[in-house]
Amino acid sequence: MIGRSGSRRTVTAADALAESAGLHVGMPATKAQALVPGLAVLDADPAGDADTLHRLAVWALRFSPMVAPDPPDGLVIDTTGADHLHGGEEAMLRALVERFAASGIEAQVGIADTWGAAHAAARHAGAAMVIIEPGRTRPALAGLRLAALRLPDRMRSDLHVLGFSTIGELAGQPRAPLTLRFGPQLARRLDQAFGDVPEPIEPVRSPDLVEVRRTFAEPIGAPETIRRYSGKLVDALIAELEGRGLGARRLDLLFGRVDNRWEAIRVGTARAERDARRLTRLLAERIETIDPGFGIEVMTLTASLAEPLGARQVISSLVEEEEPDVAGLYDLIANRVGERSLYRFAPVASDVPERSVMQIEPLALDDGASWVDHWPRPSRLLARPEPVETMALLPDHPPVWFTWRRQRRRVRRADGPERVFGEWWKREAEAATVRDYFCVEDDAGERFWIYRAGDGEHPETGSHRWYLHGIFA
Amino acid sequence: MPTARRPAPEMLSDLRERIQRLEGREARARGALPFGVLEIDRRLPGGGLALGALHEVAGGGNGAVDGAAAALFTAGIAARTKGKVLWCVVRQDLFAPAIAQAGLAPGRVVYVEAGDEKTLLACFEDALRHGGLSVVIGEVAKLSMTASRRLQLAAEGSGTTALAIRRWRRQTEAADFGQPTASVTRWRVSVLPSVALPVPGVGRARWLLELIRCRAGECADFEVEACDATGRLALSPEMAHRSPAAQVARQRAAR
Repeated sequence: MIGRSGSRRTVTAADALAESAGLHVGMPATKAQALVPGLAVLDADPAGDADTLHRLAVWALRFSPMVAPDPPDGLVIDTTGADHLHGGEEAMLRALVERFAASGIEAQVGIADTWGAAHAAARHAGAAMVIIEPGRTRPALAGLRLAALRLPDRMRSDLHVLGFSTIGELAGQPRAPLTLRFGPQLARRLDQAFGDVPEPIEPVRSPDLVEVRRTFAEPIGAPETIRRYSGKLVDALIAELEGRGLGARRLDLLFGRVDNRWEAIRVGTARAERDARRLTRLLAERIETIDPGFGIEVMTLTASLAEPLGARQVISSLVEEEEPDVAGLYDLIANRVGERSLYRFAPVASDVPERSVMQIEPLALDDGASWVDHWPRPSRLLARPEPVETMALLPDHPPVWFTWRRQRRRVRRADGPERVFGEWWKREAEAATVRDYFCVEDDAGERFWIYRAGDGEHPETGSHRWYLHGIFA
Repeated sequence: MPTARRPAPEMLSDLRERIQRLEGREARARGALPFGVLEIDRRLPGGGLALGALHEVAGGGNGAVDGAAAALFTAGIAARTKGKVLWCVVRQDLFAPAIAQAGLAPGRVVYVEAGDEKTLLACFEDALRHGGLSVVIGEVAKLSMTASRRLQLAAEGSGTTALAIRRWRRQTEAADFGQPTASVTRWRVSVLPSVALPVPGVGRARWLLELIRCRAGECADFEVEACDATGRLALSPEMAHRSPAAQVARQRAAR
């Protein structure tokens, strides 16, 4: 990409192949063309880039209600109050990178306390995914180069001339001479990165979303007041949704504070929903998580995900007993513990015990499938099989005794072996592996599910070590 | 010493009625879920496990930590009800095929992984208040009087049965089970050695089922065979053939 800065034409972007040929961003265009004959050159389109970035920001609203473009090449997402819905920060970042990768965009992500620190972590920490723990911003940033500080190029090179190369060196300097020399911007960027000065995010809004808004002449702050007005907003939103025949799957409630910062609440529902009481209750659950500061001026309620919702037929009680509707309860719990922590188990056709169950959505269709149960199964399964010491006759006798968690147990009765083969049709490494499961009962009547890795004869089938995998009732 | 007169049966029933009215539960009598084992059912007021009430189950011995037998016993109770079941755990280690083998179909149970006990109790209570579920099961270590009373009131109000599986991280913490709570019954399930089969192998599991506390009833213990495929218990053969007198004598000796 070649762009124009003033009267000079410079390289503004280069792909990996071009970089390996020695090109870099900021190089004059003529030099690049001289270096690589037949270079494919495209004209930069800053307006188009900004437009695409904005569309990308609107798309990223699915992760959090507060997303803004961070031009020229980034997005900034405030995940406060949204990451628990994706199973924690790390899981959320991973999902984000995967989604981007699926659409052909290579993304680098960083998460930190402040916009500035996250900006630096994503671009300059040298890893594809960086998480800076809360309160660790200062030590994490100290080692990064000045480029991470969002300063103009001119200022950066001037600082280099003065001998500064990392943020840590700069932060340790007295501020007054630096401000005198470089103006207020330098100190402001430092403070923003460390969180000493707030840096509000102006979230993007998608134009075709259903949105209602309320402005207050006098800022509000009391939780009861916020609750009352969120109820009124929900009513207004539902009237709007009803007109369009939609139901909300996800609601974002944004609070504009007097000090120009935004706080947000996001709740999701398992089904398209238009019941005011239920939606208000979901929002009210999370109101305590926001900090109204000196007061709230604006409240905006958006149905960021809406689905068509028509009238539903209720089963006549003459034909069938009506099932009580528990979707509202599931929403309440899912918004509290996260969507992934509320699930049903469903069978998977696999003989390997830990792969024979999968988690499905609580409202997924029940097809009545269950496990094929020829053999008793333990009611508790250890997350990881624990090695036990045993004495057993090979190849297919149960152990005579075993030691688990430093307690030696004599085996009174045993059943087995139940042979489980590795899934060679799915995994190359399991081509020959075998597990022989035994159900053993000790003197006290406690029953355990233990297995031997390997068939007891051929070394390629497993290590012949014994493991305890579950506890029977 | 005056000879103790046996009270007339109508006097007793009158007294019971007055106590019930004091407790304010008459309007909310939800009936009871019989175990289908006469020995157990006749020990429980109402002829079974009271519906719309809080019951506690703990494991004995190592079962206090792994809670394996307690989970299966609870699953067996839930299996004999109709409707959806919510199972709240702090961290998941249940093996769903075993729960299905106790008669509780996987389509009926929704699990909540709460992460900590405080959230778990909040979810437990909300689920009880909702009233659309038949049974809510929660695995907790600490259950204070206040928390249990809240659960009991929620269960009474909606008619959903609450089953609290008490499960601790260490054996020593299991002494907490002696603390009073507002639950209606309190059970302890411990494993017993199974009866030898004529062939090598493991037979049906046997449990020592202790009814430690029972509101308006007496304590008792039973030797039972573990849940079958429909969640039903069965009395151990030797216990079935024992006379009640011998059992009472044994209980006295144990005290």
